[in-house]
Amino acid sequence: MSTLMSYTRKDTPVHRLSGFTKLVFFLLWCITSALTYDTRVLGVMLAISIILFRISKIQWQQIGVVVKVIAFFMILNVLAIFLLSPYQGCTIYQSRTVLFSGIPGHDVTAEELFYFLNMLMKYFIMAPAIFIFLVTTDPSEFAASLNMAGVPYTVGYAISIAIRYIPDIQDDYHKIKNAQEARGIEMSGKARLLQRITRIASILFPLLFSMMERIDVVSNAMELRGFGKHKKRTWYMAKKLTGADVTVLLSTLIFCILALFITFYDGNRFYNPFIG
Amino acid sequence: MNNRFDIKKVVATGIGAALFVVLTQVQIPTGIPNTSLQPRMAVLAFLSAVFGPWVGALVGFIGHALGDALFYGSVWWSWVFPEAVFGIGVGLFAKKYAVKEGGFDVKNIILFNVVQIIANAIAWIGVAPILDILVYAEPANKVFIQGAFAFVGDVLIVGILGSILLAVYSKVSGRSSSLKMED
Repeated sequence: MSTLMSYTRKDTPVHRLSGFTKLVFFLLWCITSALTYDTRVLGVMLAISIILFRISKIQWQQIGVVVKVIAFFMILNVLAIFLLSPYQGCTIYQSRTVLFSGIPGHDVTAEELFYFLNMLMKYFIMAPAIFIFLVTTDPSEFAASLNMAGVPYTVGYAISIAIRYIPDIQDDYHKIKNAQEARGIEMSGKARLLQRITRIASILFPLLFSMMERIDVVSNAMELRGFGKHKKRTWYMAKKLTGADVTVLLSTLIFCILALFITFYDGNRFYNPFIG
Repeated sequence: MNNRFDIKKVVATGIGAALFVVLTQVQIPTGIPNTSLQPRMAVLAFLSAVFGPWVGALVGFIGHALGDALFYGSVWWSWVFPEAVFGIGVGLFAKKYAVKEGGFDVKNIILFNVVQIIANAIAWIGVAPILDILVYAEPANKVFIQGAFAFVGDVLIVGILGSILLAVYSKVSGRSSSLKMED
């Protein structure tokens, strides 16, 4: 499970920004890239993502595996769409330019390829925003920034508990799995479906029971410390917004509004180069 | 009293989501390509049935989004929201199942399964494909086939593994002591 991405402390302009700024950037980025299908906007967003990547000095080792996994899923996705609906692009762009036809009923059209290009861009734009957010934001600051963004602090706290306990539970999972294997329960062989499920159950039971116990222990501890007594709480890890934060927030907001304006200017979220 | 319970729900959401994330990579292949059973769905159903709709929704949402982000580096929002919908659906009847009171009997197992099938249908044949079409403009036939596979897989794993987990937990937690009266 070494593929998990994690926060690394560094001193770059992106690391210095408040978690709140990065969260708002991340959300606006996601919303804009979800709404738009305009190739020009997508292109600019992709370029900005790559520049941000450079600035935050993220190493390839930190994300290499993950990028390969995304690429693999994207290829599967594109193949599935082409097999099931080879003329989706033609329907969207209302034109049909056959590049070459080999397989019957599955002509390769320029529209379909252009549609795939747009879709891939849409997926890849999301990825850097997430990398940057995960790799440059201290998990303890995350809850504080969620709360600043208006999320109830109980939810923010739940998320920071989740991030805090992932390594512990991962540890438990491996211990239990090894213990069960030592007792002779084979985990990896070929077996019938029901047998596989019962094997997973033999790991899940101890895991689940220890989880229920942990929930009791942690919630007792939090109750003793008076969690949830007041409507508001302050955060030790919260960073104050600086000039840089305000600049980033404003320019993100302006960029996203502009991007959406350009996208929907012609009454349609697609940019269509096929019909002039 | 009420406050105490809220703390428990917050913690259950956090630790439950952590378990959900850890189980992201634990999948049981079915033999049908691109379709595998996800034991984490059974955990989500378990938590929703024990702690109610809010915990179910948040564990589904946080767990799926975090799991996607940490393992795949991208968040498929169109599949994150249905997860929350499923959690709410199963959680709505949490009081009826009476898991903690030890009342998860045959009648409740049937109720739980009816509810989970309906919740899965709404989530994977309803919400997920529609969001895929709205956000990514993917072809309808592809997303509905994908949704149908997810539906069948989830119904199976929640029906088998989820029911077993709940039944056993209910039996253990509902028992006040291990002593039995002698005849």
